[in-house]
Amino acid sequence: MNNKKKGKSISYARWGYVFIFPFFLVFAIFQLYPLITTIYYSFFEYFRSGLRFIGPRFVGLANYAEIFKADLPKYMGNTMIMWIAGFIPQIVISLILAAWFTDTRLRIKGKQFFKVVIYMPNLIMASAFAMLIFALFSDGGPINGILMNLGIIQQGHPIRFLASVLGTRSLVALMNFMMWFGNTTIMLMAAVMGIDPALFEAAELDGCNHKQIFFRITLPLIRPLLVYTLITSMIGGLQMFDVPQILTNGKGAPNRTSTTMIMYLNNHLFSKNYGMAGAVSVFLFVLCAIFCIIVYFSFNSETDESITGKHKKIKKGARK
Amino acid sequence: MKKRMRMLASLALAGTMVLSMAACGGKSDDAAAKKDDAKTEQAEETPEGKVLNIWCWNDEFQQRFNGYYPEVKEVAEDKSTTTLNDGTVVKWTINPNENNNYQDKLDTALQAQASAAEDDKIDIFLIEADYALKYVDADANVAEPLADLGITDDDLADQYQYTKDIVTDDNGAQRGTSWQATPGLFAYRRSIAKDVLGTDDPEKVQEKLKDWDNFNKVADEASKKGYKMLSGYDDSYRTFSNNVSAKWVDGTTVKVDPNLMTWVDQTKTFTDKGYNNKTSLWDDSWNADQSAKGKVFGFFYSTWGINFTLAGNAGEEGKGDWAVCEGPQPYFWGGTWICAAQGNDNPKTIKDVMLKLTCDKEIEKKITKDTQDYTNTISGMQEFADDPKFGSEFLGGQNHIKLFSEVAPQIDMSKTSPYDQGCNEAFQGAFKDYFDGNADMDTAKKNFETTIIEKYPELTAVEWP
Amino acid sequence: MRESKPSHVRTVIAYIVLIFLAFLCLFFFYVLLVNCTRDHFSIQKGFSAIPGDHFITNFKNVLADANVPILSGLKNSLLVSGLAALLATYFSCMTAYGIYAYDFKLRKFAFVFILLIMTMPTQVTALGFIKLVEKMSLLDTLVPLYVPSIAAPVVFYFMYSYMQSSLPMELVEAARIDGSNEMHTFNFIVLPLMKPAIAVQAIFTFVSSWNNYFMPALVLTSKKKQTLPILIAALRSADFLKFDQGKVYMLITMAIVPIIIIYILLSKYIVSGVTLGGVKG
Repeated sequence: MNNKKKGKSISYARWGYVFIFPFFLVFAIFQLYPLITTIYYSFFEYFRSGLRFIGPRFVGLANYAEIFKADLPKYMGNTMIMWIAGFIPQIVISLILAAWFTDTRLRIKGKQFFKVVIYMPNLIMASAFAMLIFALFSDGGPINGILMNLGIIQQGHPIRFLASVLGTRSLVALMNFMMWFGNTTIMLMAAVMGIDPALFEAAELDGCNHKQIFFRITLPLIRPLLVYTLITSMIGGLQMFDVPQILTNGKGAPNRTSTTMIMYLNNHLFSKNYGMAGAVSVFLFVLCAIFCIIVYFSFNSETDESITGKHKKIKKGARK
Repeated sequence: MKKRMRMLASLALAGTMVLSMAACGGKSDDAAAKKDDAKTEQAEETPEGKVLNIWCWNDEFQQRFNGYYPEVKEVAEDKSTTTLNDGTVVKWTINPNENNNYQDKLDTALQAQASAAEDDKIDIFLIEADYALKYVDADANVAEPLADLGITDDDLADQYQYTKDIVTDDNGAQRGTSWQATPGLFAYRRSIAKDVLGTDDPEKVQEKLKDWDNFNKVADEASKKGYKMLSGYDDSYRTFSNNVSAKWVDGTTVKVDPNLMTWVDQTKTFTDKGYNNKTSLWDDSWNADQSAKGKVFGFFYSTWGINFTLAGNAGEEGKGDWAVCEGPQPYFWGGTWICAAQGNDNPKTIKDVMLKLTCDKEIEKKITKDTQDYTNTISGMQEFADDPKFGSEFLGGQNHIKLFSEVAPQIDMSKTSPYDQGCNEAFQGAFKDYFDGNADMDTAKKNFETTIIEKYPELTAVEWP
Repeated sequence: MRESKPSHVRTVIAYIVLIFLAFLCLFFFYVLLVNCTRDHFSIQKGFSAIPGDHFITNFKNVLADANVPILSGLKNSLLVSGLAALLATYFSCMTAYGIYAYDFKLRKFAFVFILLIMTMPTQVTALGFIKLVEKMSLLDTLVPLYVPSIAAPVVFYFMYSYMQSSLPMELVEAARIDGSNEMHTFNFIVLPLMKPAIAVQAIFTFVSSWNNYFMPALVLTSKKKQTLPILIAALRSADFLKFDQGKVYMLITMAIVPIIIIYILLSKYIVSGVTLGGVKG
């Protein structure tokens, strides 16, 4: 926005509207309008019972009262726990890897290979990945088979991963971790590489060791990107659905401890309970709106230089 | 319940198909004659649709249809369609049952039935006992009364009464028909029975398992010898849930029957004492427990389960190592009914399908002979029961039909409600956490309540015994 | 930069960690690939690191099963993802260009607005979306799965920042002097310059649409219309489909492999594109 173009004649300005028209039209139809109807339905009792529809009947805030009474806080907690359990290793490992990959003293060979491999899970269909993990970790599955062959567990006494809260949540966290740590590593690497090399040189001349360089120079300078990663990951976490849904076959078992908020929404959408689904949606919308505003400001202020600045550099590299 | 239909090993199936095709060949003259009749009739009335849409939740009926409906001309390689002799194409729409998925999809399609294009209208849909009432309801009026199709009481005379009662609406109109009766049974492994009880004779074994006290005693003995009495938590569920004193739902209140809590207690005891293998119905380990290397004494099953699930899982090695007895308590499990959708455009074909597949004694008997399924012809089944030469190879020569024919007339489906599928699944799911130790009794109860209200928003309360 | 002494201990640790992570990422896929070549009974017997000889059989079994119509699933997924990628990149370029090149009154507002909605998940409007699709009689069609990608704020933002760095306005003005009208300038002068950005975003949009499960599951009901993730999910819930484990693994393989192949071929661009993509996960 900051570089106003010179010599732009007024007569062209209306073309701006023409060019942005399709975007806003489609947005209005497929997102804005649905948002309004979603909010609207959240105030109604409206569901399918057997082969008939009941309602719509205006009930005010009853649906909201209902969702808060009926475990929504618990599902929010589940979502948070599974997200954090995946995010902490994700950010730690990514930081370490980014530091290693950009550390000239390490001279790691096959960087490209590792980058390609660790990024790969990100592209895998989450549903297929979850189905795969389900098959591998089931009571009679290959993982238990391997553990038995190695003598780690007793023959005939498999670890019942999906029957325990810890096991199920860990698997969800593991998948989230695997799907995203490669992505974060590459993002962080770009940020680290964007730091002025002169800073590192100066630090080395002053006799700093790698730990000091990492904590005193690298970390503070990539802080904006870390904030950005945190928030986008949090929004991604809020949307957590495919993985626990398919892993637990939509049950959020055991004891509903792996039911996420979107799974809860999906349950209501599935049984065609529009009123309740509306209330859950609106709640999620408000949560996300708060995050969106945070992202907007973190994007527009400090990250503006760091992220976009770095992008330009890499872009030029890529175009060669 | 999810009646699991599973293909036998594909070879066996292919074998059956070839056989039945060959068998149908003999009837081709007959069929051709009928086709001509049909044609002349069609000329006078509205023509039949070119597409027969059939909705179901697994491939059980598809196999029956393709294997035994005399008008079948050819089956597409991927089995998605079947072509009949008169050129009608049968389109199969199969949606998995679990979590009300089939019901949900079917409801949406039935609601759109009036506005759907001719060839997209549902002609036949299948229902099972757990939600049959919802679709045969007179007010809902989605299933066409058999009388309107021209099927008479005489046609249905040889069927078990309960299979007619459950699909009859409040006004007395029957709106569906079934080719099977589904008494429950207990299938046990002969080798383990010999080891534990010293006998594998079905009558003697039954004597040892005649009530729950005895059953539990045997479970303890089996456990001492290193066996598991049952595989999973839900194995004995049906024996309790089908012997309840009232329907699941009364008005808008869910009433949990005391008998279900007996199941909870028994299963908890079994789990804690190590009498079961902590599996769940249909999961991999449950299937594996039926294979030759399994260490599980027996499985509660219904008639359809022997051939389609047990025999497949047991494989060649397990052949002859199984037998069936009545078990501690009579019960039933499952059952599939064929309904004609209101607004269908193939009434004649539908009528013929129903008559051939559910009322034709010879075809029914053939199904029983080929697949060991227990079919819905009282006199036909009696003939097998009385036939000393009849026996199942898989069951070591036992005449299981004889056993079934004794228990089938006792089946009482008067306690079913339209909510059974959702309630049963939610109940089993909620208490699985209790058995696994992930939830205490109160939490499990609360989870059941939450799930039920999510599935059926119109239900308002849950009463515990 | 001055080379300093390499630190051997840290290098060894780094390699150990990297190899472990790479193993973790590859191991599951290795098991998948092995198991899709084995038949049900040998899979049930336990894990083996050596592939079996049932690859072709499993492959044929999957193709012959109308309950999991993998071919129409692949076709639908390709169609939806391809069109989504095409529409998202073209119209995002167009929107970005509109805001970048023209000084109209609502310009600032439009830009801020798009940035604000950039991270809003589509799930929150799913209810209204489904009702709308129902009203438009587009349920069980693929249209509602790709048309909305015309409004893709993330892709827009990326295109916009790319233009800032590599689209000089002088070029546009030169075109104007040559008498090119605005649409023509955009289509024939601006778009070709945007190719690298379009390629990167096309890949990402394609992949995320390919993997999308939530919306298609709500919109698509008939088997012939369903996309791959729904077929995979059906596999998880339909017990009668799980009987043949070899088939299950084969189906997962068939859903994953096309993307892996694309990835391996384009990995260089994809990996460097991640940092350009900005807002993901």
